Amino acid sequence: MNVDLRHIHKTFGKVHANDDISLDIPAGTIQGILGENGAGKSTLMKVLSGFIYADAGEIRLDGRATTIHSPADAIRQGIGMLHQDPLDFPPMKILDNFLLGRAGGLFPDRKTARRDFLALAAQFDFSLDPEAYVDRLTVGERQQLEILRLLWLGARALILDEPTTGISLPQKEKLFATLKKLAAQGMTILFVSHKLEDVEALCGRVSVLRQGKLVEMMTPPFDAGRLVESMFGKQVTLAARTPARPGLVTLRAQNLSLEDSRLQIHQANLDVRAGEVIGLAGMEGSGQTLFLRACAGLLHPVAGKTLVGGRDLTGQAHHAFKKQGVAYLPASRMEEGLIPGLTLTDHFVLAEKMRGVFINREAALGLARQRISAFNIKGTPASTVESLSGGNQQRALLALLQTPLNLILLEHPTRGLDIESTLYIWAKLKERCAQGSAILFISADLDEILQYSDRVLVFFAGRVSPPLDAAQTSVTQLGQLIGGKGWETLAGEAAHA
Amino acid sequence: MRNSRWTNLIFQLIAVILALGFTTLVMLIAKAPPLDAFKNIIIGSIGSWTKISDVLISWTPLLLATTGLLITFTAGLWNIGIEGQMMIGAVFSTWVLRLLQESTLPPALILGLAILGGMLGGALWALLTGVLKTFGGVNEIFGGLGLNFVATSINLWLIFGPWKRPGVASMSGTIPFPETLWLPTLPGSRLSLWALGLALISIVLVYFLLRGTYFGLRLKAVGKNAKAAYLLGVPTWQYSLAAFALCGIFAGLAGAMQVLVVYHRLIPSISSGYGYLGLMVAMLVNYQALWAAPVAFFFAALNIGSIQLPVVLKLDSTLSGVLQGTLVLFVLLMQGARQKLGIRN
Repeated sequence: MNVDLRHIHKTFGKVHANDDISLDIPAGTIQGILGENGAGKSTLMKVLSGFIYADAGEIRLDGRATTIHSPADAIRQGIGMLHQDPLDFPPMKILDNFLLGRAGGLFPDRKTARRDFLALAAQFDFSLDPEAYVDRLTVGERQQLEILRLLWLGARALILDEPTTGISLPQKEKLFATLKKLAAQGMTILFVSHKLEDVEALCGRVSVLRQGKLVEMMTPPFDAGRLVESMFGKQVTLAARTPARPGLVTLRAQNLSLEDSRLQIHQANLDVRAGEVIGLAGMEGSGQTLFLRACAGLLHPVAGKTLVGGRDLTGQAHHAFKKQGVAYLPASRMEEGLIPGLTLTDHFVLAEKMRGVFINREAALGLARQRISAFNIKGTPASTVESLSGGNQQRALLALLQTPLNLILLEHPTRGLDIESTLYIWAKLKERCAQGSAILFISADLDEILQYSDRVLVFFAGRVSPPLDAAQTSVTQLGQLIGGKGWETLAGEAAHA
Repeated sequence: MRNSRWTNLIFQLIAVILALGFTTLVMLIAKAPPLDAFKNIIIGSIGSWTKISDVLISWTPLLLATTGLLITFTAGLWNIGIEGQMMIGAVFSTWVLRLLQESTLPPALILGLAILGGMLGGALWALLTGVLKTFGGVNEIFGGLGLNFVATSINLWLIFGPWKRPGVASMSGTIPFPETLWLPTLPGSRLSLWALGLALISIVLVYFLLRGTYFGLRLKAVGKNAKAAYLLGVPTWQYSLAAFALCGIFAGLAGAMQVLVVYHRLIPSISSGYGYLGLMVAMLVNYQALWAAPVAFFFAALNIGSIQLPVVLKLDSTLSGVLQGTLVLFVLLMQGARQKLGIRN
C-alpha cells in the first residue's frame, strides 16, 4: 500500500513534535525512520496509526485522502502497528490473543482461526503453538505473534517501533527475513529505530527526524557518518575501552542454585571484583534476570551462598544487601524504579538517609538542583518523574544512587535510549567503576555487552557459562552461545580454568 | 499549576451542581418540594445554636474517621474495615470503663484510660486487616469487610451476652455508665469540647504528618509504587502496617468518643456508619487533609439537617444520603472526565 503523509504538524504545548513532515512511501518499500529520543518518530507513527490526531496535514492511503480515527480504524484501513512493548495479554492462550481485535460475532470461529494461524506461521517459518500461553513466550516470539495477528487482520502497511530491542540475534535475523519477504509481496514497512546497523541491514530508504523536522532522506549505500550527523546535528564517537584493574572481591556467588516457575539454574559460581564490569548475555528469560535478582537479595537461592564484601547475606532481604552497598536498577523504570506522582525532589529525599522527623525543604531542593545539573536531567526539582522522557528517567535513576557503592546491578540500562543518552549513562557508570564500584548488567544488545564489559556471562535456558574475557569474544561467538551453540567447547575451557 | 487548580475548582463546582440537580430530580419524582427541602436542611443544620452543636457532635466521629482514612489512602490502602475498627474501639473503651467503674481511681484517670483503650482496640483490629494482607495475601477490602461483620457480631454478643442489662437484654445497649464517667460537655448541651478538641488536634497532626515528614513522604511512596519504594530503601510492609495501625487509632478514638460522649453505653450500631461516610469524605477531598475538616462538616450538616424532613415534609431523612452519595459519584465522574479531556488535548 502506498502511504503518503503530507505536511503533518503536531504540537504538545510548546513542543513542535512534528513540524511539517511530508513522506511518500511507495508500496513494497522498507522505510527506515531514524532519530534520537524525542525527535518525533513516535508521534508521527501515532498519527499514522490513529492513536492521536495531527493538528494539520493529510494522510493519503493508495492515493485516497483519509482520516484515521482510532487504532481499530487504522487496522480496518490496512495499517498495523507493532509496539515496542507488545500489547498482548500474557495470561491468555496464543490463539485467543490472535483472535482479539477481530470484528465478529459473540462466538469466535476458533477452528478457522487456528487453521489460518498455522498457515500463516508456516509461511514465515515461525514455530508457535496456538494452544500455548503468551507468558511463556520471549519478546521475539510475542513480536512474531503480533505480526501474524496484524497480517490476519489484513494489514497492508506495518509500523514497527524499535522492534530489535529485547530480542536475540537469531530472532532478529528471522524478523528481518520476514520483513523482506513481506515487502516483496507489496507490504509497506515503516521501521522506526535508533540503531544504524539495523537500518543499514534492512531498509531500502531512510528518513532522519531531528527536533520534529525531517532533515535527511537517503537510499543505499548509506553513509553512516552522515546519518549520525543528521540525527544529532554533530559527530558522536564511542568512548574508548579502558580495561579495569580489578580489586577485591565484592560479590561472591557460591554454588548458587536458583529457580522460578519456568527455569532452574544449578550451581552458578562467580566472583565479582571491585571496579570491573560484567555483562550478562542471553535471550530474554534465559536465567540472567534470576541471577541478577539473586545478587540483589530480591530472589532467595534454593541452595548456595551469596557473600557481599565477605559477609554471608544468603537468604537475607534486599535491604540487607542495600546496607552493604548493593544497588539494583530495574528495567521497567516507571513500574519498579520510579514513583509516578512524586517529584524529582521527593525521589532524592526518599533515596537519602532520613535526618530527623521533618524534611528540610530547603536542603532537599538544594540537593535536587545539584543532582539535576550533575546528571544533566531535563527537568526541574518539581517535575514529576512521569513527565520526563525515557532517557531522563534513566538519568534520574542513576542520580538516585548513593555514594559509595560496592556493587551496581542493572537490568537493560540503556534500553530504548538514543546514542547520546547511552554514552552519557555509560560515562557515569564508568566513573562509578573508577571509584571502586563493580557493575553487573543485563543487556540484549550484544555490542553493548562487548563494548563495556570486562567479562561476560552467557545464559542459555538456565545454563551459565564460565566468565568469558570480553576482549577475546566476538559478537558472532556470543550470538551462537546465546542460541545454545558452542557450549561443549566452553565446558572444556571451564575445566581448564 | 495555577491554571489546573482553577479548572479543578470549576469541575468540582459542576459536580456539586449536578449532584444538587440529581437530588432535586429525585424529590420531584417523589412529588416533594425541593426548595422547601433544601431550606429545611439548612435551617435544620445551622439554624440555631442547638442545631450547630448537634452538627459538631456528629462532625467529631466523622472527622476522626476521615483523618485515619487519609493515612491509609495515602499508603494506597482501601481500609473498608474502618467501621469494625470504630466498633472494637468502642468495645475496648466500654471494657475499660466496666473494669474500672467500681474502683477508687479518679474518674478523670478512668476516662483517660478508656480513651487509650479505645485507640488500642481500633489499632489492633486494623492491624489484623494489615496482617491478613501482608502475611496472608488477603486484599484489605475483603479482609476489612469480613472483619466488619465479625466486629458487629462481637458487639452484639457482648450486648446480649456477657454485658447484657440485668434482667433483660435489649437493643438499646448495655446499662448506661454513671454520670461521673461521662466526658464533660458544655452546660445545657451534649457537645464536648474535649471530643471536638481531640478531633481537631488529630486532623492537624495528620496534616503535618503527611505533608512535611519523612514518614509521610515514604508512606506516599509506598502508596503510589510499592515496588519502587522498596528498591529505594523503604521497608514497605512495615509502613503498610503502620498506616493500618494509625488509622485504627483514630477510628478507635472515634468509637471511644461515641461511648464516652454520645451514648454513655455500648449500643449495637455504635459506629453509626461514620466509617463509610468517612470513606466518602476522603474520596471527595481527593485524600487532601486540608479539605477534610470543612467537607466532613458539610456532610455532618446534611445528616443533622435532614433529621426534621420526615416531620416537616413527610420526606424520609435518607435524602441526605442521596445527596452525599451522588456528590461523591459526580465528583469522581468529573475527575474522570477531566482526565479524559486532558488526554484529548
